[in-house]
Amino acid sequence: MTIPTLLIRDLGLTFRTYTGSVDVLHGISLHINKGERVALVGESGSGKSVTARLVIGLLQNSRRTRVSGLLRFEGRDLGTLSAAERHALRGTRMSMIFQDPTSSLNPVYTIGAQFHEVLRRGAPEIGEKTAMERAAQLLAEVFINDPARVLASYPFQLSGGMNQRVMIAMALANEPSLLIADEPGTALDVTVQAQTLKLMREMVDRHGTSVLFISHNLGVVREFADRVYVIYKGRIVEHGGTADLFAAPRHPYTQALLRAVPRVTGGGIPDIEEATDCFFEPMIVHEGCGEPGDQA
Amino acid sequence: MQSVVRLILKRLGISLVVLVGVSMLIFAIARVIPGDPARIALGPNATVEQVEALRQRLHLDEPLVIQYGHFLADLARGDLGISLYTNRPVTADIAQFLPATLELIFLSAVLMIVIGLPLGVLSARYRDTWIDSTVRVVSILGVSAPSFVWAVILMLLFSYFIPIFPIAGRISTNFVIPDVTGFLLLDTLLAGNLAAFGSALSHIVLPAFALALSGIGQAARLTRSNMVETYDKPYIEMARSYGFPERRIAWRYAFRPSLIPSLTIIGLDVAAMLGNAFLVEAVFAWPGLSRYGVAVILRKDLNAIVGTVLIISAMFLIANLIVDLLIAFINPRIRLSQRAA
Amino acid sequence: MTRTLAILARNPLSAFGIVLVALVVLGAAFADVIAPFPEHRGAVVDFLNFNKAPEWPYIFGTDLVGRDLFSRILYAYRISLLLAVVVLAVAVPIGVVTGLIAGHFGGWTEAILMRITDIFLSIPPLVLAMSMMGLLEPTLVNGMLAVTAMWWPWYTRLVYNLTRVEKEEGYVLAAEVIGASRVHIIFREILPNCIPAILTKMTLDVGFVILIASSLSFLGLGVQPPTPDLGSMVAEGAKYLPDSWWLTVFPGLAILVVVFGFNLLGDALREILGVDQ
Repeated sequence: MTIPTLLIRDLGLTFRTYTGSVDVLHGISLHINKGERVALVGESGSGKSVTARLVIGLLQNSRRTRVSGLLRFEGRDLGTLSAAERHALRGTRMSMIFQDPTSSLNPVYTIGAQFHEVLRRGAPEIGEKTAMERAAQLLAEVFINDPARVLASYPFQLSGGMNQRVMIAMALANEPSLLIADEPGTALDVTVQAQTLKLMREMVDRHGTSVLFISHNLGVVREFADRVYVIYKGRIVEHGGTADLFAAPRHPYTQALLRAVPRVTGGGIPDIEEATDCFFEPMIVHEGCGEPGDQA
Repeated sequence: MQSVVRLILKRLGISLVVLVGVSMLIFAIARVIPGDPARIALGPNATVEQVEALRQRLHLDEPLVIQYGHFLADLARGDLGISLYTNRPVTADIAQFLPATLELIFLSAVLMIVIGLPLGVLSARYRDTWIDSTVRVVSILGVSAPSFVWAVILMLLFSYFIPIFPIAGRISTNFVIPDVTGFLLLDTLLAGNLAAFGSALSHIVLPAFALALSGIGQAARLTRSNMVETYDKPYIEMARSYGFPERRIAWRYAFRPSLIPSLTIIGLDVAAMLGNAFLVEAVFAWPGLSRYGVAVILRKDLNAIVGTVLIISAMFLIANLIVDLLIAFINPRIRLSQRAA
Repeated sequence: MTRTLAILARNPLSAFGIVLVALVVLGAAFADVIAPFPEHRGAVVDFLNFNKAPEWPYIFGTDLVGRDLFSRILYAYRISLLLAVVVLAVAVPIGVVTGLIAGHFGGWTEAILMRITDIFLSIPPLVLAMSMMGLLEPTLVNGMLAVTAMWWPWYTRLVYNLTRVEKEEGYVLAAEVIGASRVHIIFREILPNCIPAILTKMTLDVGFVILIASSLSFLGLGVQPPTPDLGSMVAEGAKYLPDSWWLTVFPGLAILVVVFGFNLLGDALREILGVDQ
């Protein structure tokens, strides 16, 4: 059994505010094997976005957060790494793509300049010309026909879909083992979003990248993921293979999610009824799933 | 490129209209005040005939609109009238005193940008730490006192108690430098006289700082608040997720987008220095246009007042225009949409 | 309320600003009681004690005719604060109403009003005030007039920009649909949303008006002796540098203190009211 790319065990997160402490994550566990596409699904405020940020290491810097639990990446315990080692992983071994591609790119620098920065993470000495050539190759891979024009452009000059491709290309530029996708394409319209996901599937298959896919959109998850974790108010409530989970959801919350009225635009967050006690029932794990090290 | 030219022309046109408005405003104010300018100029001992003669010459008995017409006609010929204070053409006075003020303002502007902006970046990067607090206090202090207070304090500290810098004037009187540009720092270099350059430099340091302190404070605070806003933007989070070094994020990634909203206000500040130079020039006996301006205002020297205010307002407008052009240049969104237009 | 306290607690500087402002205002209001030599605010001479360095009971020293500087500074604060209040009380309504009208009605009204505003704004503030003062008699009232004349356009610009943004907001369109009158929309709907920005600016402006006023009197264009005024005190004392340093330093610091306090207060207000820069 190979080492999982990502292993999370009992991850807890508390925010300290002026009015008191807020527990955001109550000890969640998940794992991703090499080449797997795993989705983390929940409403906004469920804790899925902070989980993504904890993995990439963006939240730990703040003085107001308290993190507990185990985060292991490619077998290495991230908690024991020095800040420099932790930092070295970002953009190289793991990378992230965000909701709105156009606003995630710096508006006053060209795409090419930003690509150069990204490539420099993998190869600090890389020169501009080499970087541009490599960037052009990467853009061609995501089916951008005129890489030179795109590289010379500013983000506001390109369409949302184009910027999304650019983001995907950037994220995979340094051949990371783990790609974290935080609600990708939510800001785009439905058709473009569908194309983007198709593209993402092809790319990660080709590169053998593991994916942690954060979403609230079940339809999208169904298309994309191998396994699904459902998260509710900072706890994992159900975990199973995509087909199983969608065919026979067993936890009340998952059922509620699936029943929720679908939005026409596909970008909306499902309407769940007010929280009921049954949403707090213990976690349900489907057959064949379960964390490494658990009893069967 | 041609759309940039069009932009400049359009702005120049608007500025011209505004300038005409300014001239009308000042003209009206100057002519409508109580008291007889001719009598004030000639003093209480002048005879009635002398006053009358001067009144004729200055067209003071004609309707206001006609007077304004005379004024415009003269202006078209480049004649701003004679100053009753120096008995010279106002244009000559301006030509003599303007470079001194411009030099002072230029140096102050440089100080403001070179010190103020980096302070703002540091303040934002080390937000909520002692660095941030210190810069904040210093900035607000800088803004809180009029330039003449700073001028006095700086003079006390660095000319008297710790005598490093000279007290007054532009350059030590030992030196005689040929007047090429009117900018002493340049002229001394052009004349190859390094000792004179040093003297000119040491004379300009304190006044420039006194004038710049308020602008430095403003620039630092503005930069800080813009950077703090920028730091919340998604593209900064993305940069961090890629592991870009924090220093690089501060000075390259976050700084440039923050600069754009600051530029307008910084430009206004530099232009406002034109007005504030009065105070510093008074304290340091700096022979500039502002000091001249104060003198002619106190003497109700109408021609000189109108001429000086007009020139200063024109420079104000030019400064604003330059700033707007700079913004259009730096902000790719504006630059490129102009091209597309 | 708790939020206000939390913001203040986080920012000791803001609390300090409130303290400073309180001290200045109280000092000015109760000058008759606090000042050790209240009569020194007028044309009094005491040549026995003239030009003294700070020592008890003249804690800031005395001036060239023997008047206690500390007392004079307290009375000068009175004049400065009075000036600021009057200027703002006149300039702000004029500026705000102009801005509201220009922003809401658009068209020719807007064009004309804003061009006039631009004209006033394109003369460096001090220059305009100085020119006016130079052409009028230097008295307190004329000083107020001059500063007011140059101050209202800033409020026009501020409110105009806000109005243009607010115009597109839902509540304005809703009010128009209901058939509310123009006046009602302007004063009951748009104006309340501009209040936080206006209030913040007013607080900061108290400091700046005092700054400009002191600059004017420094140049001899403000109140005349024997009325105590911070700017003219600095100008007077500047001739006797560096020996009688207290003549310039204490009035100068007095200006610094009051403006600093109002700046901090304005900053705190901005944060509490949640105004954008």
